[in-house]
Amino acid sequence: MKKLAREFLKGITHENPTFRLILGLCPTLAVSTSVENGIGMGMAATFVLLGSNIIISSLRKVIPDQIRIPCFIVVIATFVTIVELAMKAYAPALSRALGIFVPLIVVNCVVLGRAEAFARKEPVFVSMLDAMGMGVGFTLALVLISGIREILGNGTFLGFLIMKSFEPVLFIVLAPGALLVIGLLIGFINMLAKKRAAKVSRVK
Amino acid sequence: MASENRLTVSPSPHIKSKDNTAKIMWVVFASLVPAGAAGIYIFGAGCVKVILISIISCVVTEMVCLRFRNRDPKTALDGSAALTGLLLAYNLPPELPFWIPLIGGAVSIALGKQIFGGLGHNIFNPALVGRAFLQISWPVHMTTWKNPRWWPDAVTTATPLARENPAQVSYMDLFLGNHGGCIGEVCVIALLIGALFLLSRKIISLHIPASFVATVGVLAWVFGKDGFFQGDFMFHALSGGLILGAFFMATDYVTSPLTKKGKIMFGAACGVLTIIIRLRGSYPEGVSYAILFMNAAVPIIDRFTRTRKYGLVKK
Repeated sequence: MKKLAREFLKGITHENPTFRLILGLCPTLAVSTSVENGIGMGMAATFVLLGSNIIISSLRKVIPDQIRIPCFIVVIATFVTIVELAMKAYAPALSRALGIFVPLIVVNCVVLGRAEAFARKEPVFVSMLDAMGMGVGFTLALVLISGIREILGNGTFLGFLIMKSFEPVLFIVLAPGALLVIGLLIGFINMLAKKRAAKVSRVK
Repeated sequence: MASENRLTVSPSPHIKSKDNTAKIMWVVFASLVPAGAAGIYIFGAGCVKVILISIISCVVTEMVCLRFRNRDPKTALDGSAALTGLLLAYNLPPELPFWIPLIGGAVSIALGKQIFGGLGHNIFNPALVGRAFLQISWPVHMTTWKNPRWWPDAVTTATPLARENPAQVSYMDLFLGNHGGCIGEVCVIALLIGALFLLSRKIISLHIPASFVATVGVLAWVFGKDGFFQGDFMFHALSGGLILGAFFMATDYVTSPLTKKGKIMFGAACGVLTIIIRLRGSYPEGVSYAILFMNAAVPIIDRFTRTRKYGLVKK
């Protein structure tokens, strides 16, 4: 039970795809201009992750090792197509806002990385937990980054005005702001991790 | 920091000088005073507010960052932060809400300097990082210029570079600073007095400023608005932030190349980029972006202009 909980939680904390593994930064940089986009992207990626991890894990004994990457891509692309068509049908505004970055989930390092590093070796249920943990971790990271960017760069959160008589920092919603916010957050988290590692080694 | 380091290990011959960081910084600071005084005289007392807020913001941010990084906060008073603040203020319009220089100073020091490891480790000129941040974040405030106090339409204006027809401003006006612009950049003669002082004290060398201004002049003449080889090179050399940028910001020790050859390349490349931005870009002025851009190229320039070791024979 403890092991299962760890498989789920590692994607949120110490193996967070964005902040610890530094994977999937392309959509993170591009769509984190508003929290709504961030949540939409996070949920789309989580769905694809979950689907691909389950399928790849259950087919792990069937897929030949030499051509595993093309097989993974086919599975992932199937789920991405589902997400893309569903989003176009039920959330056209979000689909327009995310644009090319929805189809690009096919080559998202988080999804392919989990298939390659985890799902092809582990049983179905554990792979599912792994996918959920990674998906939640990715979504939380996106919400954090896009939250900072939307509040500072636009004065709103999820579209609600929260800072009156505040002149938004345009820099933060533009492209350099994404690099700046992500860089600072990664630096800050690395610092915390270093401090914690030092503490642990002292206790030992 | 030489005064704190009693033991210096270096190959002979040893020449010792009394220069240290703080002394150089305060000399540069002093050399910028005439330009600031001219700015205050031209645009009125509002400039004093911008300059003071910017300097205080930089020094306080430096102290906080040093404290946070477990360094001695006293080194915030070595003049480098105050100089950054002064240069930042000189790059700002004369009338601004108080929070713009405040944020600008904090960004300059925290994101332009301390995050890379403090003095001597910054890749980009901190004051220009602050200015670029402000320029992108609040373009309206950052381009609301003021006319000199004695002009009849004393509210807002465009800088000579941004005008459709720049002929309204004479060379003499440009030279004396009788036009709208940033606090510290308008009065060319005051800047040149400060620059001469620095050159005479051998704090800066002529390589970067000369190649920078010359490149801008020549390219403005060749590719100027009025046709091939008809451009107004005097106008381009005297207007905008070129003199301030070429003499005081491109020459920053940390963010400029080490060798003479490298310095000339650096200045010339800054000049090319400035003219490209001025004549073809969407911004009227390109000096600060040109310098920032070239700051990033300094390590490459240094690698290609490495000096030959004494006595080493080329194979």
